[in-house]
Amino acid sequence: MFNISVLQEPETLEAAVAMLKADADLRVIAGGTDVLIRIQHGGDGWSRLLSLRSIKSLETISLRGDGTIVIGATAPFAKIFLDPIIREHLPSLAEAAVSMGGPQIRNVATIGGNICNGAVSGDSASTLFALDALLKLESQDGERIIPIHEFYAGPGKVHLRPGELLTAVLIPRDSYQGTGGHYIKFAMRKAMDIATLGVSVVCRVRAGKFQDLRIGLGVAAPVPIRCLEAEAFARGLEVTQANCREIGRLAVKASKARTSWRASKDYREHLIEVLTERAVLEAAKRAGGLHAE
Amino acid sequence: MSLNIVGKSVQRLDAVEKVTGKARYSEDFFERDMLVGKVLRSPYAHALVKRIDVSKAQALPGVEAVLLPKDLPAIKFPTAGHPWSLDVAHRDVADRLILTGKARFVGDAVAAVVATDLLVAEQALHLIEVEYEVLPFVLTPEDAMKEGAPVIHEERPNNILSSFGTQYGDIEAELANADRVFEGEYETSIVQHCHLENQTAFAYQDTHGRIVVNSSTQIPHIVRRIVAQALGLRWGMVQVIKPYIGGGFGAKQDVVIEPLVAAMSLAVHGRPVRCTFTREEVFIDSRTRHSMKIHLRIAASNAGKLHGIEVKVLSNTGAYASHGHSIAMSTGTKFRPLYHFRSFKFEPKTVYTNLPVAGAMRGYGVPQMFFALESLLEDIARELKLDPIEFRRMNLISVGHQDPLTKNVVRSFGIPECIAKGKELIRWDEKKRAYASQTGHLRRGVGMACFSYASGTHPVGLELAGARIVMAQDGSVTLQVGATEIGQGSDTVFAQITAEVLGLPMDMVHVVTVQDTDITPFDTGAYASRQTFVTGVAVRKAALEARDQVLAIAARKCGLNPEELDIRGCQIVERALDRTLCSLEDVAMDSYYDRIYADPIKSDVSANVRVNAMSYGVTFMAVEVDMETGKIEVLELYNVHDSGVIINPKLAEGQVHGGVSMALGAALLEQLLFDPATGKPLNNNLLDYKLPTMLDTPRIHAAFVETVDAAGSFGSKSLGECPVISPGPALRNAVLDATGVAFNKIPLYPQVVFEKFKAMGLLCERSVEDVQHLSPARA
Repeated sequence: MFNISVLQEPETLEAAVAMLKADADLRVIAGGTDVLIRIQHGGDGWSRLLSLRSIKSLETISLRGDGTIVIGATAPFAKIFLDPIIREHLPSLAEAAVSMGGPQIRNVATIGGNICNGAVSGDSASTLFALDALLKLESQDGERIIPIHEFYAGPGKVHLRPGELLTAVLIPRDSYQGTGGHYIKFAMRKAMDIATLGVSVVCRVRAGKFQDLRIGLGVAAPVPIRCLEAEAFARGLEVTQANCREIGRLAVKASKARTSWRASKDYREHLIEVLTERAVLEAAKRAGGLHAE
Repeated sequence: MSLNIVGKSVQRLDAVEKVTGKARYSEDFFERDMLVGKVLRSPYAHALVKRIDVSKAQALPGVEAVLLPKDLPAIKFPTAGHPWSLDVAHRDVADRLILTGKARFVGDAVAAVVATDLLVAEQALHLIEVEYEVLPFVLTPEDAMKEGAPVIHEERPNNILSSFGTQYGDIEAELANADRVFEGEYETSIVQHCHLENQTAFAYQDTHGRIVVNSSTQIPHIVRRIVAQALGLRWGMVQVIKPYIGGGFGAKQDVVIEPLVAAMSLAVHGRPVRCTFTREEVFIDSRTRHSMKIHLRIAASNAGKLHGIEVKVLSNTGAYASHGHSIAMSTGTKFRPLYHFRSFKFEPKTVYTNLPVAGAMRGYGVPQMFFALESLLEDIARELKLDPIEFRRMNLISVGHQDPLTKNVVRSFGIPECIAKGKELIRWDEKKRAYASQTGHLRRGVGMACFSYASGTHPVGLELAGARIVMAQDGSVTLQVGATEIGQGSDTVFAQITAEVLGLPMDMVHVVTVQDTDITPFDTGAYASRQTFVTGVAVRKAALEARDQVLAIAARKCGLNPEELDIRGCQIVERALDRTLCSLEDVAMDSYYDRIYADPIKSDVSANVRVNAMSYGVTFMAVEVDMETGKIEVLELYNVHDSGVIINPKLAEGQVHGGVSMALGAALLEQLLFDPATGKPLNNNLLDYKLPTMLDTPRIHAAFVETVDAAGSFGSKSLGECPVISPGPALRNAVLDATGVAFNKIPLYPQVVFEKFKAMGLLCERSVEDVQHLSPARA
């Protein structure tokens, strides 16, 4: 039994932002897979809800003329995983989408909810970081577009302004064209689990060298991170196992892992090193850059 | 004897009902204006309630009652689901109250509310003001036994619930004189049953003032007794109804919620009240499996002949006794009829701590013992450079073996065949060769482990079962048993036995699946893998009595002797000529309507089974270990069982699949964790407690070696708990084979595996060749 006193179900984005502006206490619910857990745990301030489920336009995934892929904020993970645009251009995001929860969760949990929940373990986060995703935020006063790494404020916290809704995730063509990518979710179980570590790698390889390498890590710091030192090191470097191993070692430098009962700092850092190496190798292979030596 | 239905994979009686969602569980039953009960739980591991103010909660609209310890009878009661013992010395420890003024673990029930709905009940809990005097607490048996440790129960100032041990032979002399003495210490963690249906019950007073409890339980007749004891009522004032239940695995072989829900109803003048635990509550306030530290010393000859074994067990029973003392005894008993030890000593200590209560769980203390024993035997074989399988074989007992202490006799012993079959199925020798020299970060290995188990509790407990058969006018029968269907398929097996004896097709046997203590025959319930073995005897007896009545009427009708007749396919047949004389329906109609002889066919019997039969089996397993991440993958697994005659092969396979999956969870991932600073549970939910999913469960192969045991119904022996025993040590031994590393504590959690590899210097530089084997999808 959930303690819900108000449930607004606007059918248009305009109505939604108007309601949010008018009632500052309304909290946004999409798939509900995080919000309902909060309510069940007695989360205060979650009894008045605004649901996005009736705004069908927010679920759309499309490829714009300029090559930007637009993922509606309430696109559920099952849809993302199956979407032909995503599968063709962003296979590592498809991998991340299908690694999330179980079939029932993926049918309702949305990518926007995953981001706005602010969890460092969110399965989409590390891949969206690696893809240099942009977030479109709308309110009755207008819209703004920010890089995803500016959105995360801390564990469970995001820079969402009062009255503001995340409406879309944008992946510009430059972020994905000609890349290979790979997402590794390291969790204790193969389904229905949160990541102990998430590693997502996107890269471009030309003539056997890394032209561009982006590494996103989840659960390696209080917020999802990029491994900028390792990425800079990789640029122009030959794709070899030894170099991939070195990239893995450098990736640890960007992390701020800590010990919790779930995993120790030592183990997490070891996983960052090993799994980054594995992810980089696979991404490079998919980018056409790893030849048998 | 040629069998037509016993031994066949007939479809389970409840299959369609359950798949279509029509089967009714406790929460599918409704009384008018049902109220909801909720429990206020202590946030402290050990604390006295100094003051409690419920006035605000009582004032909340919708709150019908607030219950405190002072409102309830101050009668301490035992909760373990055992038959009552007329011998006072043999009774369970009575240390529990429905609500307590002294909290003994985080989550102990200190007050309760009854309200019109769940939200009001939860709000009311927040309005109860409690002032606690926080006491020092202990979480481990070692700490609990220290001088000056906080006393959890006044009746046990040293916190030891029981240290009753056993022995035979002269173990001291054996250890002193043996060629070799091997020893090791092994540890298992706290795990939880994770039955799909949480504990739930509702209660009300009927129009005669009797208390009716509808509960998700394995043991309705025992629940009746304990509810009455806890409330100080005559036992006949309580009626317990058990509908379909969504799993129990031992956590419902205990009285958890029923006295409370009965007290809640009494607090509102008998109005109906339902109380259903959340999953979080199930983890902390139903039951868990005992974590154990087992120290073994084994005396053996240089040639590998086992002579003596000393077993010291430290068992963490949590805050209340439940089954604690009895489980330790099972740990030291059921492993014995497998390997020949001429001397034996068992020294258990079952210790109270400020943790959730450990109780019965599938295997009843025996998986812990075999984890220790089969691990040490593996290490001995390696030390003595013996083939681990041959080493085990040369130490097996044989048919006719009598246990010196229980006096149980081994009448069937299929383990040698089980071992041979398992070895062949997994292609042991081939894999051993293939895995001989591996490099790279993925290492494979094979391992095996054996087990023994009992069928029921004889001679420790009473093994009484009841069955009743009534034949309807069309010759079909209705069967009632006191034994409970809890998903294991017992109703189907009992129907098969009935159909077999009475020559009926399955659709002519109707089983009343709901137990109602007012109506159903007496049976102590589903536990100890006893039902086919024990209740099967009662069902067979009831069916034979009904058959005798049928043949007596038929004999009267046709002038032949009953001995010359048989029932086949609903017809009465003259055996010698294979000639049909009349239909079963004709006989049944006579039994109802004959103007002179009418006396409907019915039987109502009990069976008191005073024998036991040992079941056996072996797990063979191949694993792959990721030397970099510590992850272990089970590649292949065979569980081969000697459970006597298999009455229903499909159901038997189902038992093996479920049991193995449960064992692998405990061996690889599952452990209930607590904050050492506060005693609070860290992962009492199914996200953080890593119960394996379907994707984590390998394909499980079940195989059977069918022996015929003289003791049971149709030669059957136990199976329900058996599959959970040997996968743990088999996995540990396979990992040892793969990596050379012996893990003596489960679960083999990836971080634990990593840390041990690191400490042993196994995380060395990875070779380039190695990297090429990387399969990122496996991460």
